[in-house]
Amino acid sequence: MSLLESLAPSRFLFRRKRYRPDLASQWQLMWWKFRRHKMAMVGMALLGVFLAMTLFAETISPYPPGQRNPSYVAGPPMLPRMIDETGAVHLRPFVYGSKAVRDMVTLRMTHQADISQKWPIRFFVRGTPYRLFGIIPTDIHLFGTDEGFVHLFGTDFTGLDLFSRTVHATRASLGVALVGVTVSFILGAAIGGIAGYFGGWIDNFIMRLIEFIRSIPTLPLWLALAALMPRDWGPLATYLAITTILALLGWTWLARTVRSKLLATRHEDFVLAARLSGCSDARIIRRHLLPSFLSYLIVDASIAFPEILLAETSLSFLGLGLREPVESWGVLLFAAQSIRAIDQAPWLMIPGVFVIIAVLAFNFVGDGLRDAADPYSKS
Amino acid sequence: MTTETASRPQAAEGPSATALLTVKNLSVRFPTRTKGFFAKPAGYVSAVDHVSFEIARGETLGLVGESGSGKTTLGLAVLRGVEPTAGTVELAAGGGTLAVTSLDKQALRRSRHHMQMIFQDPYASLNPRMTVRDIVSEPLIAGAGDWGRLSRRQIDDRVLDIAVKCGLSKDQLKRFPHAFSGGQRQRIAIARALVLNPALVVCDEPISSLDVSIQAQILNLLADLQESLGLTYLFIAHDLAAVAYVCNRVAVMYLGKIVEVGTTRQVYYKPKHPYTEALMSAVPEPDPDAPRRPILLTGERPDPANPPSGCRFRTRCIYATALCAERVPPLRDLADGHMVACHHADQLKLRGALDFAGSERQEATDDRF
Amino acid sequence: MMIAPIDTPVLSVRGLSIALDTRDGHAVPITQDVSFDIARGEVLALVGESGSGKSVTALALMQLLGANLKVARGEIALHTQDGFRADVAKLGARGKGIEAIRGARMGMIFQEPMSSFSPIHTIGQQIAEVVTVHEDVGRKAARARAAELLGKVGIPDPVGALDRYPSEFSGGMRQRAMIARALICGPSLLIADEPTTALDVTIQGQILELLRSLQRDLGMAILFITHDLGIVAQMADRVAVMYSGRIIESAPVRDIFRRPAHPYTRALLDAVPRLGDIDRGRRIRPIAGSVPNIFDVPPGCRFHPRCPVAVLPRCAELQPPRYASGRHEVECVHGEKVLA
Repeated sequence: MSLLESLAPSRFLFRRKRYRPDLASQWQLMWWKFRRHKMAMVGMALLGVFLAMTLFAETISPYPPGQRNPSYVAGPPMLPRMIDETGAVHLRPFVYGSKAVRDMVTLRMTHQADISQKWPIRFFVRGTPYRLFGIIPTDIHLFGTDEGFVHLFGTDFTGLDLFSRTVHATRASLGVALVGVTVSFILGAAIGGIAGYFGGWIDNFIMRLIEFIRSIPTLPLWLALAALMPRDWGPLATYLAITTILALLGWTWLARTVRSKLLATRHEDFVLAARLSGCSDARIIRRHLLPSFLSYLIVDASIAFPEILLAETSLSFLGLGLREPVESWGVLLFAAQSIRAIDQAPWLMIPGVFVIIAVLAFNFVGDGLRDAADPYSKS
Repeated sequence: MTTETASRPQAAEGPSATALLTVKNLSVRFPTRTKGFFAKPAGYVSAVDHVSFEIARGETLGLVGESGSGKTTLGLAVLRGVEPTAGTVELAAGGGTLAVTSLDKQALRRSRHHMQMIFQDPYASLNPRMTVRDIVSEPLIAGAGDWGRLSRRQIDDRVLDIAVKCGLSKDQLKRFPHAFSGGQRQRIAIARALVLNPALVVCDEPISSLDVSIQAQILNLLADLQESLGLTYLFIAHDLAAVAYVCNRVAVMYLGKIVEVGTTRQVYYKPKHPYTEALMSAVPEPDPDAPRRPILLTGERPDPANPPSGCRFRTRCIYATALCAERVPPLRDLADGHMVACHHADQLKLRGALDFAGSERQEATDDRF
Repeated sequence: MMIAPIDTPVLSVRGLSIALDTRDGHAVPITQDVSFDIARGEVLALVGESGSGKSVTALALMQLLGANLKVARGEIALHTQDGFRADVAKLGARGKGIEAIRGARMGMIFQEPMSSFSPIHTIGQQIAEVVTVHEDVGRKAARARAAELLGKVGIPDPVGALDRYPSEFSGGMRQRAMIARALICGPSLLIADEPTTALDVTIQGQILELLRSLQRDLGMAILFITHDLGIVAQMADRVAVMYSGRIIESAPVRDIFRRPAHPYTRALLDAVPRLGDIDRGRRIRPIAGSVPNIFDVPPGCRFHPRCPVAVLPRCAELQPPRYASGRHEVECVHGEKVLA
């Protein structure tokens, strides 16, 4: 079956005016093929949500991540409702109020829903002022309450709103992963490119180096490198250092892909044809080699993303990565590792759900990209 | 139907003083490596072994042989698509003689507009990520050469001109290769090869991956273009029957050596090398009444890394004698430029294409419809 | 298309239509209404270009169609010498029914001899396996049978060859081994799908000669799928020409070459270069245009856009009728006149 046919969803669509595969570039064909991968589209949508969370963290979260609520310490998640205890339907969602109750067995103070109080949730309410994108001063939040408070994911032992913190943590977690992947990408493409293009002993040397790096057990290495970091470094320096550590170890995978794709495409007839047409080496690389494996690199990057994300989470969880007051999912989970937390505030593990969702989303997208990466394959 | 029945261009038969391409003692050896960090070549495969031939201007030389005969490697070595290990290639182009084998990298790039190549597989030889216009115009943009720096307008005009000559329409230029069938892709590849108006075109099995009904279109297109543009072809093929239609002269290769060269008529009708006879006998004639041909070739091709002593064909030759194992037969001129590398060429009575062919083909009589 | 059986045919295919399931549930026809018979000991050549549906038809006969392809309609009646009868079209791709046929009553050889053998088992193991699967024989007896067959297909030192791996064989030898494997259970029908396309012309000659002599000795029927008219002329008793999923002409081999009735068959014969033709100084007649894409099949007669004698608008609108004269059948508006 030819390419056109494999892409055409049906005869009807095939004849539709906008569907012109004969005029479609590589990226358009990839998009058409990608679009047919349902899970990848779901992953794509989830990544869109995460992106929005990083861009609009202050707007989405009802409170600043550092703002305590002394009257709701270690409070459980508050569930927004549309139907009240009598079965009446409310057009505006609300949360029940909260009252402190002493548990007569453990003698600890716990929070319980107070059904006599209903706090309606309002959208685009005014709250703590902040600067959107660090520039535009505003005080609009996506949602909030006029009276009382709302803590969707509950609060921690110091009374910080977990929802707001999780949303803010997306920024650091994905940021580290993004920077890590970018640095790995550049390193991998450059080193793999050198190995594949020059070949010979250079190739041999780089391949052995990669094998050596990959043979080092990663966790102890991270621990060692992270332990080398001075404790008195500020959050930003730690952030950069962690990113660099992850990137320095992550490039090998990409370098291998670049090298093998380069070796494979270098012997394609169309590359030889370009050479016999009088193309210079630079032009062959730019016009023929690079475009034909760039899509594979993007696939690899999308698969490397969750690895670096998980690495950051693991390091921070172990207390060796990012630290308070920087918020990342790993940092938030670090707070959830005590028996006390699991017993008294299990909702502190909610950031872990975000980690799982993000990793799955990247894997779905990576899967879809892998299928779409070679739109010229016949299947 | 005048064009369809017109005779093909008849260039001077036999090598002449006006040789466009002169190949002398060309050899290509590939090392057979052992894997490892300090790998040393374990041995060499002589893909092309001291091959010499000439092609006259406006002529088509067919290069036939089976897989492993080195014909594709030879075609590439002539263009330095693979580097020859020994020998010289000279091209009489650009008002002088171009010593292809001694050009440096830059000079070689500039020389590309004199010599081009058409590949076997039009699915692999066109970059799927470029439009037809970009593919065909690439040689104009990439190689400096005589074409120098053309304006975008000039490039477009030149691309359209050659595309139309190759049977493509202006509308098709903005499409990508995946929108085309095999035959149309081969037209694109031909347009790319001819856009620089080269003197020599190496055609590496240009029709063998195409459907029967399309092969004829491409063969006729190549013949038309040769006539109108004065091209010279080195036509590599394994299909003996197709070669006969386009070639003035034919060279037969076996295991890296040319075993016979002559005009198409000499080689097809009066072959002097047993291998040529065997090849000819193996072509199934599309005629149920054609006599069943004897199998003249038994066994399999020897390992090219370890060729037999003396004549390389002797292990499969039904006429081989003790002499064949001792001495390498030189390629010698029998008469009228008919060259053969066989010790016994003078004594052997070999059968040619006509002896194997069946009765006359039914002439088309369209009045039945 | 109906072809009158001489005797009870070994294989009788009636109205076979194969469809490709697209993802959104549409079924695109790949072949339409394919009918042919193969008599005992007969060689039927199924000729066509790429996309004609010839290979898909062969795969359907063995229930080897891929996941997206299925037999939409039609009957594949197998009737072997031992009195066995089955409609292969009604059997699944798996299970006892088809396994009793595949390899035992119908053998198949493919174009690519390399990928037809597992590289990690010896030739002997892979050929003997076929016997042990289908018949109640011991390992030793199976090995002996395999060696006997390898000898029959012309492999030197057949006993030694049993313990060699496919990679140690050349292309021609591997094709011989594949023939041995296909024939070891004495099938009534051998399906040969372009068995020589990947081989050199001199090796091709050897393999064709081998198939001819085996066919004579064993009396089996062969369905020979090829695009090469030269091979057709040398091998076939009868020929069915496929174009864009339909059999457009079928006839005894001499009629196809001497009195082709369909304009496509004619054009194809004219387009084939011939070894003896060089002295005429004339050119081959190409067929204009290209083979239609299965997703974009022309309405009416599928050949009409390329046909020099098409009657418009009739050929562009109506499926041409079938005409028969004896065993020569054609699907063309001119059929009656041409066959007369």
